[in-house]
This record gives sequence, structure tokens and C-alpha cells, in this order.
Amino acid sequence: MSLVLAQSGGFVRDRSAGASGQDACVARDGVCPSWIAENFDRYVEPLQRHVLLTVVALVIGFTISFALALLAHRRRWLVTPIVQLTGILYTIPSLALFFLLLPLTGRGFLTAEIALVSYTLLIIFRNVITGLDGVPADAVDAARGMGLTDRQVLWKVEIPLALPEIAAGLRIAATTTVGLATLAFFAGAGGLGDPIYADLTFKSNVLVAGGLCVLLAVVLDLLVLLAQRLLTPWTRAATA
Amino acid sequence: MSAPLAALGLFGDAIDVIFHAREGRAGGAQVGGLSDFGAMAWTHLKVVLASVGLASLIALPLGLVLGHLRRGGLLAVTVSNVGRAVPSLALIAVFIAFLGVGFGNVTLALALLAIPPILTNTYVGVTQVDRDVIDAAKGQGLTGAQIVREIELPLALPLIFGGLRTSVVNVIATATIAPVAGVVTLGDPIFSQAVYGDAGKLAAAIVVALMAIVAEVGLGAAQRAVTPRPLRGTPGITRRARFLPTLRKGAATS
Repeated sequence: MSLVLAQSGGFVRDRSAGASGQDACVARDGVCPSWIAENFDRYVEPLQRHVLLTVVALVIGFTISFALALLAHRRRWLVTPIVQLTGILYTIPSLALFFLLLPLTGRGFLTAEIALVSYTLLIIFRNVITGLDGVPADAVDAARGMGLTDRQVLWKVEIPLALPEIAAGLRIAATTTVGLATLAFFAGAGGLGDPIYADLTFKSNVLVAGGLCVLLAVVLDLLVLLAQRLLTPWTRAATA
Repeated sequence: MSAPLAALGLFGDAIDVIFHAREGRAGGAQVGGLSDFGAMAWTHLKVVLASVGLASLIALPLGLVLGHLRRGGLLAVTVSNVGRAVPSLALIAVFIAFLGVGFGNVTLALALLAIPPILTNTYVGVTQVDRDVIDAAKGQGLTGAQIVREIELPLALPLIFGGLRTSVVNVIATATIAPVAGVVTLGDPIFSQAVYGDAGKLAAAIVVALMAIVAEVGLGAAQRAVTPRPLRGTPGITRRARFLPTLRKGAATS
């Protein structure tokens, strides 16, 4: 079996740099704090790229699935076909989808984004619909009784009450997308997968790049959670 | 290549590679054809079955016990959140870097990926069993073990199958990167692109995608089969609201 390392973005370990004790550690493929400290800036560009890939996919994915959910909320028959279609997209392995798209969109950011966006659709759509379904009928009735129009009921009652469920979907989508974006380098779109794949046996490299992925996922997760807390002050009162 | 396949361009070429062996791009050995792809698919399947089997052995009993005791909810949820955040490529890379390559290590790494959905779904499935049902069972003198076996497990089965389905599809997808750890799965044409060429790479992508879809549809059917009829809602959407009124009505008339 031959590995094609040329596929990755030229991330080659510099074994010559640093003190002699460090050299021995690097040669052992070990976990070398001093190597990590000296070479940390190598990971900044892939990290930025990873953030960009993830955030763009989440914003586009959220916009599409939210619009689809609002459409299907009033037209129930749409739910099943949308779930089935996005379910198929969700099922196709990301790595396979990158390559399936290559003859159509070539290598690069666009290909990676199409694949990443397609994974967020099912997760977010399902949660928005579940959230809207979970709104108590009494609350909707009360709003109608107060003379709110359909549009007002949707934006002032249903969506705010569905926010916890919507945020939960966004959180799942965020952590999933961070993970999948590590494969985006196969589509030539960079990201933290680039350094991981370039030197799979070097423990320092794998730990730093993998650690940054996990950290990014945690940060995004907390950001969505924070936004949800700020947007739904009443849920805190209820759980306290 | 036949005329209809030629009309499909690279896709046609890719389908041709699956069925007919051809000379590798690096020269020499033949690549592609049903026997080549069949062997890779079989290895792929073996890795998937071994790792999901191992994951089930750990996650099912743990989820059942934690759910029965209604303890460790935080653990089950945290495991699933952290599990999602760890990129599969990073996980496999950590295993290669620390433990080395080989079928066993890949199985272990993939099992770790497969545990969270099974554990969380089993736990949630057991905890959402109606307390009244459990009380009724206790009143009839069932022991804890009997309650788990006769009541909680059957009622949690739909969700457990949901977890299994998620894990199997995830692992099928992730086993594609197993060739970096020396296990020749369907990902090999992707990593050995110099030998297989673009058509081989695309062919592998097609076969992996099909395998994932077949697993998803098959396990989805199994999940529906183990779900009691009144609880079947819109596929993929849990709609508690739909069957709650029926339950209330039943309670009122009895």
C-alpha cells in the first residue's frame, strides 16, 4: 500500500531546528513540549482555515435548514421528503462526498463547503421542527386570542419557545462540523486535517492539531450555549 | 468500457473500475475489478462489525445499568458530546502515534467512536420508560434484573437501534481512513491514488457511499420493526405530542 503524502499541503516536519535534547525527542516521535512551543505558529493558519470552514458551513446550513423548517412547519407533508433527502445527504460519508463532488466542482473550498453544509441540514432541520412541534398549543391559542397574526405568532411565540431545541441542534451541528472539517484537506480545502495527516506518527503534532480541533469544538459549543442563554432568559428562571 | 458508461465521463470510468480490473497507473499489478473491490469491501465490513460489536459489548450493559439506576446521566451526555468533538482522523492518528498500526488498533479506535451514540441512546431509552410501568412491575414482584430484561430493554429497543444505526453509519464512513493505519479497507484507492487514479478514487467513494446508505436503510427498517406501532411517527422525527392524547384518552376510559 502506498500513501500519497503529496496530497497534503506540504506540512513537513522540520527535524533540524531546536536544541539537542529536543532533537532526540522529535526523532523518537515523542511528545516534546519545547518543539510544540517553538512550532506552534505552524498551526495558526490551519486553525484559522478550520474556523472559516466550520463557521461558513454552519451559517449557510442554518439558513437553509431554518428556511426549510419554516416552510414545512405549515405544510406538514413536506417534513417526510425533506427528512429523507437530508437523511441521504447525512448518510453519505464525508470523505466519499468530497470525492464524488470532485468531477463536478473540482478541488477547493467550494467542494468542502458543499459537503460540510449538507451534513448540517438534517441535524438542524430536525431540531427546529421538533422545537416548533413542542410549543404548547395553549401558548399559540393564547397568542391568537390576543389577536396576533400567523406571522406574529411564529416570530413572537413559536420560535422563541423553540429556541432551546434549535440551539441544541446548532450545537450538535457545530461539533460535528468541526470534526468533519478535519477531512476537508482531502478536497484541497486545508484546515487542521492538513498537519495531522502530514505527520501521523509524530505524537506532538497529532496531539496539538487534534487538541486544537477539540478545543474549537468546545468553544463553538459554549458560544451557542451562551447565545441561547442570552436569548431565552425565561428558561433560566424556570430551571433555577 | 461500454458506451453508456463512457457517456458518464469520470463517473462511468469509476463504475467500470469496480467491475473490470485494469493495469495500475504505476504499471505492473492489476487493480480494480470485483475481486479487488470485493476484498476491500469485506475488510471494511469486518472492521465495522468488529468495532461496533466491541462498542456494543461495552456501551449496552453500561447504558442499561446507568439508565436503570437513573444515575450517571451527566456521564452519558458528556461522553456523547466529547465523542462528537474528537475528529475521527485525529483519533486514528493518536492511535497510530501511540499504539501503532494494525487491525486491532483500528478496531479499538473505531470502537471508541461507536460507543457514544450507543451509550447515550441506551441510557436515554431506559430513563424515558414510564415510571408508572416500572412501579407496576415492582408491585408485581419483579426483581431489578427482571425489570431491566423484561421491561426497560424492550421499551428502549427503538432508541438503542437508533444509536446502533448512527454508530454503524459513522464507522462505515470512518473506516475509509483505516488504510493510513495499514488496514486495506475501501479507503485504499483514495490513499493509493497513484496506483488507482481518479477513477479508482471515485469508485471507492461510490462503494463506501452505497454501503453507508444500505446500512442506514437496513437498520432503519430494523428500528421500525422493533418499535411498537403506536410509537411510529414521521421517520426521523420524534413526536411525543402525537401519541400523548391517545394515552390520556385511554387512561380516562379505563
